[in-house]
Amino acid sequence: MKKVIALSLALALLLALTACGGSTSSAAPASSAAPSASGDAAVDVIKIGVYEPASGDNGAGGKQETLGIQYANSLVNTVNVGGKDYKVELVIVDNESSNDKGPSAAASLVSSGVSIALGSYGSGVSIAASDVFANAGIPVIGVTCTNPQVTEGNTHYFRICFLDPFQGTVLANFATDSFSAKTAYSLAKLGDDYSVGLCYYFQQAFEALGGKVIYETFPEGNSDFTPYLTKAKNEGADVFFAPVSTEAAALIIEQANAQSLGIPMMAGDTWDSNVILNAAKGTKTDLYVTTFFDEGTDDEQGAEFVKGIKEWINANPTNLSNNGGDDTIAAVSAMGYDAYFTALEAIKAAGSADPKAVNEALWKVDYTGISGRIVFNETGDAIRDAAFVKKVNTETGKWEFVAIQGVN
Amino acid sequence: MKFFNENLPYILAGISVGGQYALIAIGYTMVYGILRLINFAHGDIFMVAGLMMVYFSTAMPLYAAIPLVLALTVLLGFVIERVAYKPLRNAPRMSIMISAIGVSYLLQNMALYVTGGLAKQYPPIPWISDIINIGTATTKRVTVITPVLTIVLVVALVILIKYTKIGMAMRAVSRDFETARLMGIKINNVISTTFIIGSLLAGVGSLLYFTNYTGVVPTAGAMPGLKAFVAAVFGGIGSIPGAVVGAFIIGICESLIKGAGWTTFSDAFTFALLIVILVAKPTGLFGEKTTDKV
Amino acid sequence: MDKKMKSIYSLIAVAALFVFLFLLERTLPSTSMLFTVLKKGAIYALVAVSLNLLNGFTGLFSLGQAGFMLIGAYTYAIFTIPPQARAQVYQYFDGGIIQFALPVPVALVLAGLAAATFAFLIGLPVLRLKGDYLAIATLGFAEIIRAIFQWDKLGPITNGSNLLRKFPAFSSVLFPFAVSGICIALIVLLINSSFGRAFKAIREDEIAAEAMGISLFKHKMLSFVISSFFAGVSGALLAMYQTTVQASAFKSAMTYEILLIVVIGGIGSVTGSCLSSFLFIACSEWWLRFLDAETVISGFHVPLLRSGFRKVVFSVIIMCVVLFYRQGIMGDREFSWKGLIGLFKKPFAKRAKAKGGAAHE
Repeated sequence: MKKVIALSLALALLLALTACGGSTSSAAPASSAAPSASGDAAVDVIKIGVYEPASGDNGAGGKQETLGIQYANSLVNTVNVGGKDYKVELVIVDNESSNDKGPSAAASLVSSGVSIALGSYGSGVSIAASDVFANAGIPVIGVTCTNPQVTEGNTHYFRICFLDPFQGTVLANFATDSFSAKTAYSLAKLGDDYSVGLCYYFQQAFEALGGKVIYETFPEGNSDFTPYLTKAKNEGADVFFAPVSTEAAALIIEQANAQSLGIPMMAGDTWDSNVILNAAKGTKTDLYVTTFFDEGTDDEQGAEFVKGIKEWINANPTNLSNNGGDDTIAAVSAMGYDAYFTALEAIKAAGSADPKAVNEALWKVDYTGISGRIVFNETGDAIRDAAFVKKVNTETGKWEFVAIQGVN
Repeated sequence: MKFFNENLPYILAGISVGGQYALIAIGYTMVYGILRLINFAHGDIFMVAGLMMVYFSTAMPLYAAIPLVLALTVLLGFVIERVAYKPLRNAPRMSIMISAIGVSYLLQNMALYVTGGLAKQYPPIPWISDIINIGTATTKRVTVITPVLTIVLVVALVILIKYTKIGMAMRAVSRDFETARLMGIKINNVISTTFIIGSLLAGVGSLLYFTNYTGVVPTAGAMPGLKAFVAAVFGGIGSIPGAVVGAFIIGICESLIKGAGWTTFSDAFTFALLIVILVAKPTGLFGEKTTDKV
Repeated sequence: MDKKMKSIYSLIAVAALFVFLFLLERTLPSTSMLFTVLKKGAIYALVAVSLNLLNGFTGLFSLGQAGFMLIGAYTYAIFTIPPQARAQVYQYFDGGIIQFALPVPVALVLAGLAAATFAFLIGLPVLRLKGDYLAIATLGFAEIIRAIFQWDKLGPITNGSNLLRKFPAFSSVLFPFAVSGICIALIVLLINSSFGRAFKAIREDEIAAEAMGISLFKHKMLSFVISSFFAGVSGALLAMYQTTVQASAFKSAMTYEILLIVVIGGIGSVTGSCLSSFLFIACSEWWLRFLDAETVISGFHVPLLRSGFRKVVFSVIIMCVVLFYRQGIMGDREFSWKGLIGLFKKPFAKRAKAKGGAAHE
């Protein structure tokens, strides 16, 4: 009996190994019927990969970014290439917010034959999967990964958002200008490239302004933040800077309230999320974030986007729960929307679904989205010179616009 | 006085965390005492209890949700024992430990599936989540309640084990499995009771823990579970007072280490302590000496 | 069948396997998930066999494998990043303090040696412990190692808790197969030597083994150090496969996964560990991925299928194996030509052929 089992398992293995020798891209999840973009068969589908976290630390933000992309896809799902209309199909994978699971997820995108990929929320996973895309020759547009290392030294990774050296400086300026802060407490998560990097650039900028920074990190799986908050209080910090994932942020806000922290809290773009709004609502905290986009924008195109995506999200319970249960529009959704159209522009300009041609075309893309004009410089970064600063209104649980801040 | 005022929040947080570890550690130590099994799934039972609370509190009032969650947690512990451990009672020790790892893997993946991988916000429980002042520190009322409740529960448990029939049976089984069976003790009932008590305390522990640290994620049980186990070993595995003392020591040390700026090593410290204890005094602070029979 | 014939057959089978892989790489597009599975499977096969040497053959229940893989991965990465890339990788630490790069084979061996050295130091106190205590102590050590490698003060060497990258990686599936193959062959030779018999004696009965004149501590240490050496090498291979490495990935969950592979394959069977590595990786990375996608078949929305379902199904399968097939795929038996011929004579004669290829990977 045991032999039979052992044998059938071994057989299953070999069968599968040989079976896939015949059907090349049958590994494509869900949409195995669609032919691969590079095949000879009548191609009328162009695939765009969405490499975003749907679980783990950054799951909430990743889902919102994906929503922006999906909304854009629901508006325009065809692209005209060489006089022929192609259907644009999204292939979505979950990179689990994890630097070691990310590359496998990217590999499954690659094997499903995407022409270009978008993502990811979280710089670490973007850096980790960069080589997988590079080896397959597939270009990627980083949507909100702000760490400089994502695009540095390669030619396939692009990015439409601002960078951490910029954001860190903005935050440092804001802290000294608005709170006349002399001492700042900054908290990052161990092994998280985004928060470690942003804290580093914040510290550089803040010390250049003559301030003092107390920098600490917390290990993964930590949920007791009282020691860090107490330390900030004991050291007499004027601002508490914690650009960490929303998951930890919710805990920090809750405990800051319980401990009566009493100093302003600041963070980067990750905190522009309704997770933060829900956590801060009804508390006595003072919260500021820098971000890419403001929901209450005066811009006509932006206002139209906000109205449209709200309707779209409210119409579908799955979308609503992916957005965190309400229709507050996160900046990352707006960025996802812009990234999708930037990708379409590149495909149009390339006149082909071939990843190499799309990669070449990206360098010349000039697209004005709802978050501003997108043109890539020689490292593949969009040129950005302003960030929005927002503040939580703890009574209504909504964002309040504070300022548009540059580095000067 | 300044020193005390500055460190009071650390100590309070430490005592509170220690109390919560203690409630989990009792489950470990009792199961180990009887089955010689490190129940790796125990931390995940704690997590599932927290998750159930999140979902039930939206569907029903709290006074109904809390007992229901505790009842279901107990049921979960009972079912796990019957399904995953009982069939392996005569198997090698390693198999049953691997089964425990498998259960832990399963529970975490189920939680991942149900929650969609996102952190769930634990509902505030009136009165115990209120904010109060102690000296110069501000904290939630639960911080103060935890150690008191822990000690009350432990005293009750010790009385149960010392003076009731089932308690006597438990002691007998943990001393000598075979002889206890010969004496007419229904081993399976005793083991089930152990799991029921352990799960109940883990349920209470999760109530207190997540009221303080309000995010529930699928891996939320893993680290507290491991630390509680270390606490159980530290105090001498099999000994309930030992587990409680060990848990408080670990909770307070951990909090002070974070306060001293050695945050990278706050988890590592727990394990370093474990290894020192294992090497210097393998039976822990209050453990009984065991002899190997050839 | 005499011994000489057997080894000739084995050599032919191995050669055939490599030719097969070589042809596969020429014919299939390099993006196929098959290669992902083969590469990762080969790496996991090595670490699973190394854990099996400890758990299955020596009877030492250790849960520290992820820690040793971490040491191997970091050693490899630190010593092979080209100097011109260092400024970029060690961006917060002014390029780090190491400004040279070693050739890949040297770094691979060094990775193993570093893990073995740590294992020796850890083994001195820990190997005196018994059973579960040993398990929990090694688990603790793995966590401590992880914390040390994330420490900011060591940043100029380890890059703190940040990613290490830009080190040389492999692109062909032949490389991990060759390295893992050689290492596994060495382990098999060890198991079949007098040391291997001593290990098995310790597993069966420590006291009897000691009475026979086997030095318990010396042999336990030997097994522990050798197992860690190969765990270190596989960690280096894993780093090459992932092209980036970060301490936070080497959690105890990783050790549990490897342990489950060993159990599914059969505790005490090298063949089983290899087989189950490929099965495990294929299931978790590839075959079950369709469970994660919401699927509509002719208008019917298949229930339950959504992100995360794959892992639930997978863990249920694992529980079934643990509870009902406690022996795993191979039990404690090994692949042998004689066994294979025995299978030919069974009604499944045709299928047995299939096994020959698979079982020898």
